[in-house]
Amino acid sequence: MPAQNRIAIIDGCRTPFLRSGTDFIDMMAWEVGRHAVKGLIAKTGVSGKDINHVIMGCVSTDIATTNVAREIMLGAGLPDSIPAHTCTVACISANMAITNGANLIACGQAEAVIAGGVESFSDPDIKISKKYRRFILDLTMFKRPRGIIGKLKLLKGMKLSDFIVPERPSINEYAVQHTMGDNADRIAKRLGISREEQDQYAEMSHQRALAAWKAGILKREVVPVVPPGKSRAVDRDNGPRENAVLDKLSKLKPAFDRRYGTVTAGNASFLTDGASAVLLMSEKKAKKLGLKPLAYLKAYAYTAQMIETELLLGPSFAIPRALEKARLKFSDIGVWEIHEAFGAQMVANIKCLGSEKFARERLGLSRKVGDLDVNKLNIYGGSLSLGHPFGATGGRLVTTCAYRLKESGEKYGVVAGCAGGAIGNAIILERA
Amino acid sequence: MKPTRYIKTETTHDNIVVVTVDCPGKVNKVSSGLLDEINSLIENLDKDGTAKALVIVSGKEDNFVVGADIDEVKRMREPREMEEYISKANAILNKLASLPLPVVTVIHGNCLGGGLELTLVADWRIAANSTNTVMGLPEIKLGLIPAAGGTQRLPRLIGLRNALPLILQGSNVRPKKAKKLGLVDELVPPYGLAEVGVQKARTLVGKKKSKIRKKRKRSFVDFLLESNPLGRNLVFSQARKMVMKQTHGLYPAAFAAIDSVAYGYSHGAARGIEADIKRFVELVQSPQSKSLMNLFFGMTALKKNPLEDKSRSVEKLAVIGTGLMGNGIASVSLGICDTVLLKDVNLEAVARGMKDIRKGLEKRARSGALTNFERDVLYGKIVPCDDYANFRNADLVIEAVFEELALKKKILKDVEENSSPHTIFASNTSALPIHKIAEGCKRPQNVIGMHYFSPVPVMPLLEIIKTDKTAEWAVATALAFGIKQGKTCIVVKDGPGFYTTRILAPLLNEAVLLVEEGADMRDVDRAMHLFGYPVGPITLIDEVGIDVGAHVAQDLGKEFSKRGAPPSGALPILFSQGFKGKKNKKGFYRYDTPKKKGYRLPNPEVYRLLGNLPRREFPMEEIQHRVSLMMVNEAVHCLQEGIITSPRDGDVGAILGLGFPPFRGGPFRYIDAAGAQTLVDIMKRLRDKGMQRFQPAPMLIDMAKRGKKFYNE
Repeated sequence: MPAQNRIAIIDGCRTPFLRSGTDFIDMMAWEVGRHAVKGLIAKTGVSGKDINHVIMGCVSTDIATTNVAREIMLGAGLPDSIPAHTCTVACISANMAITNGANLIACGQAEAVIAGGVESFSDPDIKISKKYRRFILDLTMFKRPRGIIGKLKLLKGMKLSDFIVPERPSINEYAVQHTMGDNADRIAKRLGISREEQDQYAEMSHQRALAAWKAGILKREVVPVVPPGKSRAVDRDNGPRENAVLDKLSKLKPAFDRRYGTVTAGNASFLTDGASAVLLMSEKKAKKLGLKPLAYLKAYAYTAQMIETELLLGPSFAIPRALEKARLKFSDIGVWEIHEAFGAQMVANIKCLGSEKFARERLGLSRKVGDLDVNKLNIYGGSLSLGHPFGATGGRLVTTCAYRLKESGEKYGVVAGCAGGAIGNAIILERA
Repeated sequence: MKPTRYIKTETTHDNIVVVTVDCPGKVNKVSSGLLDEINSLIENLDKDGTAKALVIVSGKEDNFVVGADIDEVKRMREPREMEEYISKANAILNKLASLPLPVVTVIHGNCLGGGLELTLVADWRIAANSTNTVMGLPEIKLGLIPAAGGTQRLPRLIGLRNALPLILQGSNVRPKKAKKLGLVDELVPPYGLAEVGVQKARTLVGKKKSKIRKKRKRSFVDFLLESNPLGRNLVFSQARKMVMKQTHGLYPAAFAAIDSVAYGYSHGAARGIEADIKRFVELVQSPQSKSLMNLFFGMTALKKNPLEDKSRSVEKLAVIGTGLMGNGIASVSLGICDTVLLKDVNLEAVARGMKDIRKGLEKRARSGALTNFERDVLYGKIVPCDDYANFRNADLVIEAVFEELALKKKILKDVEENSSPHTIFASNTSALPIHKIAEGCKRPQNVIGMHYFSPVPVMPLLEIIKTDKTAEWAVATALAFGIKQGKTCIVVKDGPGFYTTRILAPLLNEAVLLVEEGADMRDVDRAMHLFGYPVGPITLIDEVGIDVGAHVAQDLGKEFSKRGAPPSGALPILFSQGFKGKKNKKGFYRYDTPKKKGYRLPNPEVYRLLGNLPRREFPMEEIQHRVSLMMVNEAVHCLQEGIITSPRDGDVGAILGLGFPPFRGGPFRYIDAAGAQTLVDIMKRLRDKGMQRFQPAPMLIDMAKRGKKFYNE
């Protein structure tokens, strides 16, 4: 990319990330999302008229708002002349939204893009049973039998429970029919990651998040939200827990493989409601508006791996690819922000990045990618503690990474994540 | 046929005549021009005989017919002219009503007064289901009655008990409610309305009128009260009582409206309309109606921003302070800004404010003024803040914190540090001089006063205060912003108490002095009620707060003392004894005991603290003269000193901001009506009794001497 027109990251903003079923319980995803966008507009002081496109990541869209990005930007009071679209790549949906936004700017399609994501798991679509669905659709749309006899015929083969018991919504990996949690257990076993290593990682994540909130560091990224009709402002994440210490964590029962598993509710990320938004701009436009960027987006890469065994190893594949694109060495990176799906997944990725064997066999490299210094990794907490609204996490990672670059004086930072479908992403930021 | 200016007529292949009302200008108004063209249209229809149905629609994007052309009405000098005008309107509407073919009207946007009366003659009314559609009969607000059939046709259409509130309060009706009332027959999406009207008319061709019109479903109670003279008389007497209680008989139009509906029921609609014509002509000439119309013109004139081209847009607003005032200011700004920062010292306070704002939005959504999505979008514009991190590029910051100079100065300093060079800083103070707040700040040219009145969403006035240093573009921007909020704005010069607080203070002071001299506070309030004030002065002090009153009394007192009229020390005394008024249930009146016959009891403690004289009776006229003249005289001082630039601003400000009786037209029109000399004489008499404060303002004496008036019409 030519140096005079780089992709500037002006600022980022997110709502507090809240455990599902808590304060955002009565809000639809678009309502949560627009607060992030509104907060971003407010803190940057840009006019809605200067924005050319809005992209939001989202995994579980409500059928009432399938292109939730459009509802979000309208709900944030942006001019209705701005196009908006929603994209979905599981847990790296916002990463995709941000790199898509960067592409729009790089191609000259836009000068300023708001990109981020949203998720609400407080009110997921719960489906009635497949048979009941079919019955209703046949009755009203497809067959539409006349007369009572024809209608009764549709009931053939249905049981009473079909009318009562809904389908269980699950976060299954469709191709292999097991959940993310199951997969985390598998990778822990495959790579010999102990329960203790996972719990230690979780403890670190929680304690770092608590310390960051205590120091007021995360306030700069978060816009307070007053849920409609409530008289209380929600201004911080409710995921980090004081009692998430090794002693307590080690007592939890396994959550997925209940007999031999090591993944627990304590060392896995939890269902979260929240939204994030990042303001991307061409360097030229930022200059014109007198805005000081936090960072520039230097390079990025997407990879895809084997679903059964490498579902959670996205960062191990994507980081070396992105480094190569940016012509940077592993040691050039001073700030790491990696999505924490599970304690096991984090430990696994650290192991793989530091493994000669992995590099040789799976990446075709002669040397290991590098040894990740945990003192430079997720120092203000991560998805395990702050929470993980699927569609929104990438926006948080990019924002935190950009702020950390600014405050630390480090030159380069990496944002990385794994996603369902065994897709990996890494984005390299350069301090402005 | 002659070329038409007010309506366009088209005929479909199957002889349905579509009349599009499209008057010159932005809105359709009922005028002689429009009436004449409709008349000749009807005559042509009669001659032709081929027309099968008539459809009336509006050619304007956002209004049907907004009412009578008040300018035209006001130009009529002779009663004869008015009688001809209103008779003509009725004759034409009667002709329309008795056309032998079906008449369909399709309503969208404002359909008010004469506009609604026009649709009442139709056989089928369709309304666009949109937040823009509003129906109503606002004549009463101008001291008139809806005399083009409104008082007769409306009760017959929607029932007596539904119709009376619309006629007597001039309240607006939105589509959903209109459908429920039977004011319209059906609601449709707001597009292709003419075509919808034609399609409907086609289905009605050849049908008998009585078959077309929907029969109103009456409840049993409606049947009992409305179907017989006895029940109706009960309804009328209740209505009269209510009007008497609310207006103290000061507004003849309300009684005239009830009389005319009653007369219509006992003598038939046709004779009812004839009687209405006479009543209308009488009312138009009444001083009450003239004052109200002048107020209407004053307000209309103030809706135009003479500095429009210098104003800048306000996309990002910040409101500091989330009390009743701050919340109210934020509420009325949501629709006109992109982002509204709401700041207080902590987020809990902001959240409480946002809950109140949300409640207001929900109410508007329920009434149909907003869609649910619009409600949510407006709510989402608010960003809660407990610091200045988001203030970059704010176009306007309005502070509404406690009335404390040091605090306001501190906030101004913080805002200047955290906002942008173009950020306007407005103080919503009611009395602190703006130049004092601006003293020592970096950008005094950006500092201005925006004095709102509580409750902000209801009170129509905004007093904009400019200092010697305030930049013209800043005044222009504040003015444009206030007008967009729907406020009537007056721009005044900085000074102690500006205009409104300054003229209110002596009025309240006089009321307190009367109490000190031994008057019963209830007598004082009652006298001012009967003068036409909506709230008595003593009650007002309790409502506003004795603490606030004491503050203002002390600040302004210095100025008045210079003129040899030191204020009463009563409020500071009461305040020092812990009296704050209604808010701490310790005021002039008792808030710890229940009301007696609807009135609060005086607090004997107050009498004891203020002189402890035995109570005695004051003649009502004396109370009214003393209390009202203090304000009137001060208003003249303000005009003389250039605080206000015109009597019009002074009148509108006193009526809309302080509740000066609207039918008296404001302090200056009041002087004109009573005669400057008469008032000077009364004041001199009072002055000579030892009340130096009644020294008439030099300008008033001058007017009296030269026999001049403030308004030369």
